[in-house]
Amino acid sequence: MAKMTMIEAVRSAMDIMLEKDPKVIIMGEDVGYFGGVFRCTAGLQEKYGIERVFDTPINESAIVGMGVGMATQGMRPCVEVQFADYMFPAYDQITQEAARIRHRSAGQFSCPMTIRMPTGGGIFGGQTHSQSPEALFTHVAGLKVVQPSSPVDAKGLLIASIEDPDPVIFLEPKRIYNGPFDGHHDAKSVGWATHPLGEVPEGYYKTELGKANVFREGEAVTILAYGTMVYVAEAAVKETGIDAEIIDLRTLLPLDLETIVESVKKTRKCVVIHEGTRTSGFGAELIAEVQEACFYHLETPIVRVTGWDAPYPHAQEWDYFPGPKRVGRALVETVEA
Amino acid sequence: MPIKINFPTPSARPGETPDFSRYDFPEPGALPVPPLDITAEDTLEYANSLIRVLDDDGNAVGPWADYLGEEGNDDVLLEGLRDMLKMRAIDARMLNAQRQGKTTFYLQCTGEEAIGCAFQRQLNKGDMNFPTYRQQSLLVAGGYPLKDLFGQYYQNENDPLGGRQLPTLHSAKDYGFFTISGNLGTQYVQAVGWAMAAALTGTDNIAAAWIGDGATAASDYHSAMVTAAVYKPPVILNVVNNQWAISSFNGIAGGTAATFANRGVGYGIPSIRVDGNDFLAVLAATKWATERTRNSHGPVVIEWVTYRVAAHSTSDDASAYRPKDEADAWPLGDPVERLKQYLIQRGKWSEDRHKQGEAEIMDEVIAVQKESEALGTFINPQYLSPSAIFEGVYEEMPEHLKRQRQEMGA
Repeated sequence: MAKMTMIEAVRSAMDIMLEKDPKVIIMGEDVGYFGGVFRCTAGLQEKYGIERVFDTPINESAIVGMGVGMATQGMRPCVEVQFADYMFPAYDQITQEAARIRHRSAGQFSCPMTIRMPTGGGIFGGQTHSQSPEALFTHVAGLKVVQPSSPVDAKGLLIASIEDPDPVIFLEPKRIYNGPFDGHHDAKSVGWATHPLGEVPEGYYKTELGKANVFREGEAVTILAYGTMVYVAEAAVKETGIDAEIIDLRTLLPLDLETIVESVKKTRKCVVIHEGTRTSGFGAELIAEVQEACFYHLETPIVRVTGWDAPYPHAQEWDYFPGPKRVGRALVETVEA
Repeated sequence: MPIKINFPTPSARPGETPDFSRYDFPEPGALPVPPLDITAEDTLEYANSLIRVLDDDGNAVGPWADYLGEEGNDDVLLEGLRDMLKMRAIDARMLNAQRQGKTTFYLQCTGEEAIGCAFQRQLNKGDMNFPTYRQQSLLVAGGYPLKDLFGQYYQNENDPLGGRQLPTLHSAKDYGFFTISGNLGTQYVQAVGWAMAAALTGTDNIAAAWIGDGATAASDYHSAMVTAAVYKPPVILNVVNNQWAISSFNGIAGGTAATFANRGVGYGIPSIRVDGNDFLAVLAATKWATERTRNSHGPVVIEWVTYRVAAHSTSDDASAYRPKDEADAWPLGDPVERLKQYLIQRGKWSEDRHKQGEAEIMDEVIAVQKESEALGTFINPQYLSPSAIFEGVYEEMPEHLKRQRQEMGA
């Protein structure tokens, strides 16, 4: 075991896969010599050579499109889009190509590609360094969508994603790259070094895709969360004293409905939280699934706490980011209802 | 004075006299064969001119004819002629079949047969085409079983894609034919990545990217050009300039501002422009391009100048936007007629044998078509298991798809 930040864990996953499988390559803007704007690929080009880890032109559609071409020949490209906010030029390649190639070619071609994207807000990133576009991926048949919330999960899930035979959108919440963040922006930031989830095995291991993690067991209400919001949920639980069960989804598509339903049938109440905007956000899907599967067990309406239906602001960061106060209020209202 | 802007319009509309005077094509044989390692800058004259081999009398002339040598011998050309006739027969039969309601949709490649049929001859096993929907000639010349071709058109048990794809959007990995997407331009940059992988994994295979004149305006065209210029992978970047993108003449794609080959030079990629209706010129240019890419000299752009004789698709009426007789006025003629004339000139073919050959090929095509129709057409559809909808979305079917399959009752 070693102490790792999420950045180091992500890097370790790529390091191990570059070593293990000669078909793995890393490419993206500034990922080569420089080692990435978030340092996630630091040292990898030096270690594996420019043919395995290299810089690309600033063109997301080209990054993903080249990755599709490589993957269909049997390589395992792990490509980076610098910010999830900049995936939109690649949306055509992701949704119409990568996601559909296996199906439309009846299995003649497949696309085992991983697309890493730093995602989420809470960093004063403004409109184009804060977005959470996961719902734009979970709506696409053929994709898998993953979002880790800790160094240990980030490494295990990224290795599993690179080895997965299907295209995986791997969303890295950049707010928790260096340490957990519970939404208390005024508090002193803490690093992963002092957190148990910063303990990461040094070697190869996988965290299975499609399996949620019961982050905290509880009886009063089920909180469905992922990424940074897992720690916001934890803080809200602590501050309200409500014995909530926090489920970290880890994989959004395919969704681990079994774990969710089991929890909601036990607690009979459910709060869904995410940073992304509300309308048609992933929370809507979660609510629909829970409602359908747990209708006769539910004692209260399912509530969601999300980003507002507005572009991510700069100055009003903490009025926008769904922090522990808003989540706590939803918990209290749900439990007391 | 108010500032004016430009809206390009074609030289002739329905009812007007076709006019191709904007093109000033050079005489066949005028251009030399450049060295394989020529720089982009030095290809500028090739990008603005036209490589041609067959002259108006049906003779093969100039350095490109010499360069082709034995690879363009009479047997090869006779086979090429048969491939083009087969392609034309399939187009004719499928156009009718669509009109009869036996399939929902079809796209002809009339007038463009030489490009795919000659190009395919220079590819090796393991090379990969990234075609558009109008390169079915690559399949026909590549020996793709006609039963699979028709199976896809009719969506019956012979359809290798199990009814998932619109007719004409084939996929044939074993024949070096990448899965076609309805989204224009996407395959162009995928070809670059595929070629990079081919090089990185130590193969000697090359990729061929295909795009039409209209789709060069799509952003993935730029994505492909810039990445090909940067990494110099073994990819041939083909632009089939058939003058029309549905109803838009190629000026709407920027084609009257500069040649499409000229753009390649701007990116720093050696680029040539070739008579796409001249089977020998296509063969020779492809030979040069494949040798260049296989020898690590990097990518090459080829603009094939041709004319889309048929309507865009079975859903299109071309007489609504261009003169009905425009194809007859096309200065580069018809690829089948020109190769036929060459072979007759050589004493290897005759009008009679051509008629006989056409009839034989048509019989062969009709026989396969009838066999395929017996297995089901759109009028008389064959039952395709609806559970196929859920298969292959992922390698392993996730729970939610299993639930949906069950819900459907399939």
